[in-house]
Amino acid sequence: MKKRLVDTKMVPLPSVSIVPERDVGKRPVLETRHLGIEFGGLKAVEDFNIAVGPTEICGLIGPNGAGKTTVFNLLTKVYQPTTGTVLIDGKDTSGMTTEQANRMGIARTFQNIRLFGNMTVEDNVRIGLHNQIRYGMLQGVFRAPAYWKAEKQMHKRSLELLSIFGMQDMADVKAGSLPYGAQRRLEIVRALATNPKLLLLDEPAAGMNPHETEELMQNIIKIRDEFQIAVMLIEHDMNLVMGICEGICVLNYGRIIAKGTPEEIQQNPAVIEAYLGSQGREENA
Amino acid sequence: MKINKKLRSALVTFAIVIIAFLVCEAGIEGWVDGFKLKFAEKGLLVPICCYIVLAVSLNLIVGISGELSLGHAGFMSIGAFSGVVIATWLEKAVLTINDAGKTVPFFGDTAIIIITIIVAGALAALAGVVIGIPALRLRGDYLAIVLLAFGEIIRNVMNCVLVAVDGSTMHFALKINESSAVGFGQGMQMVINGAQGTVNKVTSAAFNNERFIIGFGLVIFTLFVVLNLINSRSGRAIMAIRDNRIAAESVGLNVMKYKMMAFVTGAALAGMAGALYGLNMKTVTAVDFDYNMSIEILVMVVLGGIGSIRGSVIAAAVLRFLPEKLRFLNDYRMLVYAIVLIVVMLATNSPILKNFWALLMRVKPLRVAVEWLQALPGKVRAAFSFGKNKNGKAGEAQ
Repeated sequence: MKKRLVDTKMVPLPSVSIVPERDVGKRPVLETRHLGIEFGGLKAVEDFNIAVGPTEICGLIGPNGAGKTTVFNLLTKVYQPTTGTVLIDGKDTSGMTTEQANRMGIARTFQNIRLFGNMTVEDNVRIGLHNQIRYGMLQGVFRAPAYWKAEKQMHKRSLELLSIFGMQDMADVKAGSLPYGAQRRLEIVRALATNPKLLLLDEPAAGMNPHETEELMQNIIKIRDEFQIAVMLIEHDMNLVMGICEGICVLNYGRIIAKGTPEEIQQNPAVIEAYLGSQGREENA
Repeated sequence: MKINKKLRSALVTFAIVIIAFLVCEAGIEGWVDGFKLKFAEKGLLVPICCYIVLAVSLNLIVGISGELSLGHAGFMSIGAFSGVVIATWLEKAVLTINDAGKTVPFFGDTAIIIITIIVAGALAALAGVVIGIPALRLRGDYLAIVLLAFGEIIRNVMNCVLVAVDGSTMHFALKINESSAVGFGQGMQMVINGAQGTVNKVTSAAFNNERFIIGFGLVIFTLFVVLNLINSRSGRAIMAIRDNRIAAESVGLNVMKYKMMAFVTGAALAGMAGALYGLNMKTVTAVDFDYNMSIEILVMVVLGGIGSIRGSVIAAAVLRFLPEKLRFLNDYRMLVYAIVLIVVMLATNSPILKNFWALLMRVKPLRVAVEWLQALPGKVRAAFSFGKNKNGKAGEAQ
């Protein structure tokens, strides 16, 4: 049996989603209502309803091509939904850009790593701090006192954030030359630097060895506890998903086929069918 | 104080420019016996300053912001034409009465040039905003073509502008066809005469050391602005958007804002260079600033290395100086110039030549010599105990 690192009681909401018991009564950090997108008639995601508690670790799983990354792209406004809405902390995000969604408190990592490879590790984190520690362009060009103060603050804060993953010694290394696992961790640090309420991780354990994955699980829980934020992750590594996720949502052909705790999901016949295929029964698209 | 890599690189760039300036000054003033710049060489100095500013500002747009611009000469043209008008206005209309009771211009020549450069830069920045808002929504090749078109529009508009000055009053007109604006400016002093270009009576066309010093100041100012911008919060945002737009958006960067920032800063600096260029010439015509000029500036940027500010400075100076030095070749001058260009491009980018270099390095005496040369800056620094890092970081000097 898979090892559980968390043990949370999940409580159903009126909107059929479930949230951890400690988050009951608090406004969900993310809520989607009938979210859907069509690409030229093909419904990539359809009727996607979910609620994520403010400190929940939530998993989004499903077979390849189920639409998991599309959901992330809808949440972060890379795509504009054709139907439905996304509420972040109770606020409607219709018509917003990716940048505005980030300022609302939604940060993400990417399945195919998207770091600023020519810049140093520290500069990558500083870019994440862009909207947190500010000074104007002219103050930067003419090196006003605000520049020195803010840069010092940025330096301190980025080392603090890097130290979550013990990467503070790599601050001056070019991001593109880091090993794969470190690049994934750096992406998480960069996302965290934007001070999000909800952190979206797209396959954070891809390409990591079991030891690194174990460490990553500990770190995700540590991040949640320290920053008091919600984490939503897409992952194929079931050890990770079953180990740390409190609520899990299973997607197949763009539709939610199951929602529940890890135990429920593992026993759900629809999920087993989606992953392993059915014998003699036709799959409904 | 800890000198980090970026700061050291910036200081080296400034040092190169200052040393080159001092060498030129020595040649002008004759500080050293036997070293005196020729008349033609002196005439090149101010245009070289202008081209350095243009190349660096275009590098900000193309190299740092990653947007291919083929219309840079347009901003230079706006700077040059508005510059001549502003300078004439400052000379004719902003007056004061001196001790002898005579009416004279309020500003001296140098002050007029400096004010003109600043105002022309602001006007070019305004043009940058107007052009940038629609154009920067496009990407890549499409943007390049649209900016090329904008450059041509500016050239065509400038081609029919008429400006004349009568006493202290300025008159403007547009000569759209042969029958429009007939008789404009009769009995007045023309400032911009349509397709015949500017008539600059504010500054003399002969070489003037003060103007060269202003040009040098403009280069230093440009380097200061661009290098400081790159190493600041805004510059990091600009480069992040260039490197990965989607990731930059996902961490909350306003893409349009930072693209505009780089574009408008580049346009303003180009306008400043244009103003100095226009005031340095007896006449400039709108046709001077066609797309050939934009391409020429782009060649400087590419040759110096896209994104490398120091490279742009050196490439601009060399490419402006080279045709003059090749004058002895007469008819073959531009041919040789083109060949030199091709060879340099190949030499810096060709894997074959890089392999050839690696092959040369296998010869032991050569390798030893090169390694000794590479270690030299570190040795010199150690000898003067420059910088107090004792953990032997001398190797990273290059």
